[in-house]
Amino acid sequence: MIKFLNITKIYPPDILALKNASLEIKPKEFVLITGKSGAGKTTLLKLILAEEKPNQGEIFFEQQDLSKIRAGDLPHLRRKIGTVFQDYKLLFSKTVYENIAYVMEVMGANENEIKRDVSQILEIVGLENKARSFPAQLSGGERQRTAIARALIHRPDIILADEPTGNLDPYNTSDILRLLLKINGLGTTVILATHDKEIINTLEKRVITLDKGKIVRDEEKGRFIL
Amino acid sequence: MFVLLKRIIKSGWTSFSRDPGLMLGTIFIMLIPIASITLFFLVKDTGQSLISSLEEKADISVYFKSDIQETDIFNIKEQLLKIAEVKEVKYISKDLALNEFIQRHEHDPVLMESLEELETTPFLALLNIKAFEASQYELISGFLEKQEFENLIEKIDFYQRKTVIEKIFLLASTTNKVGIGLSIVLAIVAVLVVFNTIRLAIIHREEEIKVQRLVGASNWFIRGPFLVQGAISGIFASIFCFLIFAALCWFLSPKLAILFSDLNIWNYFSSNCLFIILIQLVTGVGLGIISSAIAIRKHLKI
Repeated sequence: MIKFLNITKIYPPDILALKNASLEIKPKEFVLITGKSGAGKTTLLKLILAEEKPNQGEIFFEQQDLSKIRAGDLPHLRRKIGTVFQDYKLLFSKTVYENIAYVMEVMGANENEIKRDVSQILEIVGLENKARSFPAQLSGGERQRTAIARALIHRPDIILADEPTGNLDPYNTSDILRLLLKINGLGTTVILATHDKEIINTLEKRVITLDKGKIVRDEEKGRFIL
Repeated sequence: MFVLLKRIIKSGWTSFSRDPGLMLGTIFIMLIPIASITLFFLVKDTGQSLISSLEEKADISVYFKSDIQETDIFNIKEQLLKIAEVKEVKYISKDLALNEFIQRHEHDPVLMESLEELETTPFLALLNIKAFEASQYELISGFLEKQEFENLIEKIDFYQRKTVIEKIFLLASTTNKVGIGLSIVLAIVAVLVVFNTIRLAIIHREEEIKVQRLVGASNWFIRGPFLVQGAISGIFASIFCFLIFAALCWFLSPKLAILFSDLNIWNYFSSNCLFIILIQLVTGVGLGIISSAIAIRKHLKI
């Protein structure tokens, strides 16, 4: 599904984010990306989203070479991906309902589909009573559940989660992880970037460890080792 | 395509309605150039109709000396009728002038008594001349000022009206020039203000725009609502401007009618209201869209 072939990413002037990184992620996999701050976790996710382009190497997403993707094709690529971030990245001028519906609107879904699916997802993430609230009126956990609902609503092929529990308490963290596992169980590929030891050791999933931009470990049912 | 357009408009409206303070400021600023352009059209058209009405009433009255024979007057009338610019020549004898005066003032005993005191009629025979166009009176007047008529004509009553007509012409042409200049200046000011408002909105929502891109929104799905916001501001500014002008015309119409009896500004406004609102909408929406487009082009790199 996703292939990194000898990817090097250098941010100007000379900050090395990824060096000769090669990996493959298969459909329906749950992959944890870990490493210290600055190890290259977020860059790896940004490259999949085509937010950044590599300096060297090739990235394939479902046979599409992301290193050569045209600007006009970016929206189509990103509609296949659901994203969840540590800082939620919600649209603060829109309500919870509108934030989630926005993705479907972008894709051209009809009003009935939007109403039906948004109501369902709000129920799944337990925010049916917060549909009309603005993000500023929500707690951290509620914001993250809104972000997850938004990432899921259009049934993407893959979910990219960058430190989604970084700002949450243990109760909300376990809720979010349960949701991600459920989504993966339903067939969606999940890539979760985290440096939370507890999460990595509890999940017992594939773990890719980065250090100074290099992939130093890639283990099935890996554990937190730095 | 239609669904997408509907969503862009809806999104623009939502953004507009959720930031009423900023948008009210924009609407207020946009009101000024729209009002200026409306005023320009109002003055241009009503001024023109006032001039036409005065032109319709304009004529030259040639008063003949009291000892002149009627045959001499008819002779001049014949000569006048041969001039291509002369539309109509009407002869009013001393007696007819007297009768008309008596009819007009029969209820004024002071005037009637004064008239009786006089032994002879104080009125002079006259020719009333109408031309096809106001500009032609100069030529007719020139013809009558020839030396051969010097001993026959007492006075030519043209110059008094000429001054009024020329003043209105001057007023209308000055208003046109000032109106165009002022409208252009105010339109530039409005474009700058709306541009700045939309620019601030873009900067304020920079993070949101990034997120919109990340969730797969196309360029126009992000840019479109800003254009819609500008257009909606223009529509509201036009509506407010229309209402303000309607109220002003209604209140001022009777007062202006005292100064210019032929001018009914409320009638003009109500019979041309569709044209006026169209001009205002075109100006308002045009200004809104142009300013937003400049702001998007400059600050919204996607």
